[in-house]
Amino acid sequence: MSKKVAVYRKEHFNAAHRLFNPALSAAENDAVFGKCALPNYHGHNYELIVKVTGEPDPVTGYVVDMKWISDLVQAQVVERFDHRNLNLDTEEFRSVNPTAENIAIVIYDLLRPHIASKHELQIRLYETPRNFVDYPA
Amino acid sequence: MVYLTRIEHFNAAHRLYNPSWSAEKNEEVFGKCANTNWHGHNFELFVTIKGEPDPATGFIFDAKKLSAIVKEKIVDQLDHRNLNMDVDFMQGKLCSIENLVIGIWDQLVPVLPERVQLHSLKLVETSKIYVEYYGEK
Repeated sequence: MSKKVAVYRKEHFNAAHRLFNPALSAAENDAVFGKCALPNYHGHNYELIVKVTGEPDPVTGYVVDMKWISDLVQAQVVERFDHRNLNLDTEEFRSVNPTAENIAIVIYDLLRPHIASKHELQIRLYETPRNFVDYPA
Repeated sequence: MVYLTRIEHFNAAHRLYNPSWSAEKNEEVFGKCANTNWHGHNFELFVTIKGEPDPATGFIFDAKKLSAIVKEKIVDQLDHRNLNMDVDFMQGKLCSIENLVIGIWDQLVPVLPERVQLHSLKLVETSKIYVEYYGEK
């Protein structure tokens, strides 16, 4: 019988963004995104929960070393996005609208290559204490 | 004497930057908070009033009415805005939470009903940083 365990590591970053689709008119952007489309940006304290699922290693008892996961998320995600403007300062969102959904997908894609294929990865991202997304769903 | 607190929240972008300093000096003092293209937070504002409960209602002041005043006079000015660029009462000031809480106090006192005594404001920038202000000059 499989003894899979999910381990979670929380990290956070603070960033500015705006929701805006350049293919839509200003009026359409306003209709879809409301005040999230305001031109001078706003921001959030993003809370990120990285979930890794697998069987504990027989030698260490770990699914993955939490410190290793923390260092990976710091290097790949937090240093990239913390105290940045997601629209202006990051390559990842040059042409991708930085919704919580898209940010979660980008973070997954940044981390996935570093995590062993035998392990499952899931991203939970809180944009506010009330809005959060999971990827993969 | 009873103290009543109403909590409101807003999401905003800002940047810590002193225009009379060089970019290097700003970087030295404010670090990544000086990032040119802003960053942002989910701010929480705790508004505490004090008084004796009204014998007829049991209220110091109706918390829903307090909420409506704070939303109209404060939150609507700040939510999804850029604090440096979009907020009249922060023009010409450094956008620290210290200055922001003083600015909010000065906006709020004149619009509260005369019988409502503002005791304190607490402004939370992240889960690890907040300021309190009691109106002391």
